[in-house]
Amino acid sequence: MLAESLALSAVLFTIGVIGVLTRRNAIIIFMCVELMLNAVNLTFIAFSRYYGAAGQVFVVFVMTVAAAEAAVGLAIIISIFRHRQSVNLQNINLLRG
Amino acid sequence: MTHDYYPLFYTFNFYFFGVAAIASAIAFVTRKSPVTAALWLVTTMFSLAAIYILLDAQFIGVMQVLVYAGAIMVVFLFVVMLLNLGHPSEIADARGKVPVLAAALIGIALLAEIMTISRTHIEPHFAVAPGYAVDQLKQYGAVGSVARPLFNEYLLAFELTSVLLLVAIAGAVVLGRRKDIDAS
Amino acid sequence: MMLLQIATQAHPLAGTVAKWVWLLPLLPFLGFLINGGISLFSAAHVGPSDPDMGHGHDDSHGDAHAISEAEDHGAHGDDHHAVKPHRYAGIVSIIGPLVLAASFVLAFMIFTTMRSVDMTTPFIQRYFSWMPVGTLQIDAAIQLDQLSMLMVLVITGVGTLIHIFSVGYMREDPGYPRYFAYLNLFVFFMLVLVLGANYPVLFVGWEGVGLCSYLLIGFWFSEKANADAGKKAFIVNRIGDFGFLIAMFLLFSNIGVLDFAGVKAAAPGLAFGGALVTAICLFMFLGCAGKSAQIPLYIWLPDAMAGPTPVSALIHAATMVTAGVYLVARSSFLFSIAPVASLVVALIGGLTALFAATIGLKQWDIKKVLASSTVSQLGYMFVGVGVGAYTAGMFHLMTHAFFKALLFLGSGSVIYAMHAAYHHTGSHEDAQDMRNMGGLRKYMPITWGLMWAATLAIAGIPPFSGFFSKDSILGATFERAGHSTLADASLFGIPGSTLLYLIYVFGVAAAFLTAIYMTRMMIYTFHGPNRTGSAEESHLHEAPWVMTGPLVVLGVLSVVGGWFNLPAIIPIGKIGVLDGWLDPVVGEATRRVAEAGGEAAHGASDELILIVVAVAVAVAGMALAFARLKPQTLVPASQSPEEEGFERVLAHKYYVDEAYEAAVVNPTYQISKRVLWRGIDAGLIDGLLVNGSSALMRGFGWVGSRIQSGAVGTYAWVLVVGVLAVLGAVTLR
Repeated sequence: MLAESLALSAVLFTIGVIGVLTRRNAIIIFMCVELMLNAVNLTFIAFSRYYGAAGQVFVVFVMTVAAAEAAVGLAIIISIFRHRQSVNLQNINLLRG
Repeated sequence: MTHDYYPLFYTFNFYFFGVAAIASAIAFVTRKSPVTAALWLVTTMFSLAAIYILLDAQFIGVMQVLVYAGAIMVVFLFVVMLLNLGHPSEIADARGKVPVLAAALIGIALLAEIMTISRTHIEPHFAVAPGYAVDQLKQYGAVGSVARPLFNEYLLAFELTSVLLLVAIAGAVVLGRRKDIDAS
Repeated sequence: MMLLQIATQAHPLAGTVAKWVWLLPLLPFLGFLINGGISLFSAAHVGPSDPDMGHGHDDSHGDAHAISEAEDHGAHGDDHHAVKPHRYAGIVSIIGPLVLAASFVLAFMIFTTMRSVDMTTPFIQRYFSWMPVGTLQIDAAIQLDQLSMLMVLVITGVGTLIHIFSVGYMREDPGYPRYFAYLNLFVFFMLVLVLGANYPVLFVGWEGVGLCSYLLIGFWFSEKANADAGKKAFIVNRIGDFGFLIAMFLLFSNIGVLDFAGVKAAAPGLAFGGALVTAICLFMFLGCAGKSAQIPLYIWLPDAMAGPTPVSALIHAATMVTAGVYLVARSSFLFSIAPVASLVVALIGGLTALFAATIGLKQWDIKKVLASSTVSQLGYMFVGVGVGAYTAGMFHLMTHAFFKALLFLGSGSVIYAMHAAYHHTGSHEDAQDMRNMGGLRKYMPITWGLMWAATLAIAGIPPFSGFFSKDSILGATFERAGHSTLADASLFGIPGSTLLYLIYVFGVAAAFLTAIYMTRMMIYTFHGPNRTGSAEESHLHEAPWVMTGPLVVLGVLSVVGGWFNLPAIIPIGKIGVLDGWLDPVVGEATRRVAEAGGEAAHGASDELILIVVAVAVAVAGMALAFARLKPQTLVPASQSPEEEGFERVLAHKYYVDEAYEAAVVNPTYQISKRVLWRGIDAGLIDGLLVNGSSALMRGFGWVGSRIQSGAVGTYAWVLVVGVLAVLGAVTLR
């Protein structure tokens, strides 16, 4: 089932990328990133059948990072929303120096 | 696991959940409403949890349901609802036709590249014997087979993730704090 | 230094006083350190001790600064310059000449030791490895043989006398310690030059004396003319050094060694008269032409008279300018197998001798006359070493050092007296112009007598020294023209024999002119009526003994110096002492050129005829000068009319300086200014590279700042495209 798993992972990852590129809502983009992380997780799991349980350990780490990211990212979005009353990326160019 | 005994049932399940994951992912990126999109994403994650279990990663599958579908997505939904992002200006957030077309092209190219790489550049030379994962499961159980490497080779990294989480919590608290409340 | 000393194998000089040979150059260097230290110390503590800038009205010849009478200071109420001796003049006066005298004493001790032993190979002392580069091994080594011993004796002997003279001449100069520091440094480098055991060490001395020459020509650098003269000497010498360096590169790339012993051993393996050895010798001669002021690089030497007169005597007459002659004699093992190159050397020497002698005919500045004379005499030396009569060339080098040093120092005495007289009366006439002199005989009888001795010597009147050395050169040239490897060679299709006869004619003609211009100088300076003016006349007097003493010693040497190498035909003493002395060094090369065995082309009667011709020419020249020159009709320089016709051409030294200015200096300057500065430096480097790259970076920055829009969505697009590219590269690998 390795080839099928990798194919599924690739499709999901690509859908996540397209979502990031096409959407403007910061929260949805965020969720697209989560989808991409999940696609990667699937790859880890698929390979862990052949390379040992270390792949699953990495999935645990990815989940942890995703949780931390969700906490910080959402906090940022909330604070942006407080300033701009919007989470639309077109209105967010705080990175501009 | 049981797929050794019921190969057809196993294959059906795998493809069923795979198609479900792809379909709900497509639905997720195409929905305008954040709430709807989030719910489709939850569906994708459930499907993936099923596939994890089919791939002999029962513990991860459970974690997927608990952490991702349960905790993280709930936080997302919570924020969406907290910010009340349902009104029309927020909903109409998709870009124009040209960017969508370009994104589709990029997506196809990316998919083609990834598939090519996974077919031609990744040789599944097995580090362990076939059926190793099943043996591990039988020997240590679903949790133990993950816990053994986690608390041996990856102990330091595991401990560091706790620091990461602590920092993230502190950061979230600082960022989410309302200035005007502090001032009063 | 001594620790690394490698014992030489059983050389007759090993273990004798010769082991102290390294002290020879080191003593003057010590003097340089002390005097230089004093100079720096006093300069740091009393302010600039150089001549004040505020009297441009003084005569253009810097000597004037040096000379003033301390005891009469203030008598005229003029504020000329500091006339009190330097604060540390006492100790400098002792150290400066003392280190030289010590060096001379040591050299003489080594010399007597060398005479007592039978020495056929050079005594080489290696001190440390200087440049071990691959197969090239260059040691800091000293080579002592008969040739370098001769040079060391001349340098330290004449050098000591000139140092003593300088004590009197320069005593009141504010830069007195600096002067002696430079002078000592010069002697150090000169000794390194003649004592070096390989070409690179020689080259260190070669460059070092060039530096000291530059420093001393521009000693009174506050006047632009003097500083320019120093720069001119330095730059012209660089052209020559380029040739010397090429010669060394050729030696290294073809022979692989650069020490004299190694090259001498390898020289017979080179093709006789081949292109390689000819090229090496010609390039080497280019260096000699620069250092020894030969055509076409002689132009710096007349200007070098801007330095103090003792400097002219030591550096630009007796020692440094003869370094080229020394180099040819030292490389005789190469020149003797390159007949064409030797012919070029002799031809250039002959041309220079004649050419410079004509210039000397119409110079009014007493030092310029002597400078032209020096160039001319150096030409004689090159004729000598060019025709393979290396001993004759070195012989003339030695006698010339005596009589030309005497002439310069004598002219220094005259200038000293003239300047002192003018200083008394507050006049600003040119103290070096012969038109302002005249009749000095009765005021300076000692100087007059000694200068006449030197004049007779340089004119070639027997039995004065110059006669013997000049005669041996001319005789050798005539003899080589009849039968030698040079006569068999040809240059530009002209047979060597013809050329050598031509060079002989040049030499004789130059001797004739030498007699004329030297007599002219003596007549205008010491004879006839006095033209200084009645006020100045009472102040003219002989220089103090610290200056006259060295003159007397040099006078004796000028008279008897020729007896060191008497020809067989005039057996008034031991015959051919110098020939025998230098035979281990240059004998082989000399015989190779002369083709031993094929002698007797000219018999004793021929030789006698040659001598008679030479003497007759010299006497005729002097007689002509006495007959034609009328010192009574001369008027002081300030009232003299400009010369007319060819005389003006001669007075302006054939306008060669002007020609070089137009043909070389000005184009170089214009190219430097227009192309190199405006075009390349300002345009290409500053404009395109410096400002252009900054503009490019500014452009990049502008583009970058446009890209950095802050729109996260755009970043995501760019990122994905980048990922696509990287993955594509991996995929298509």
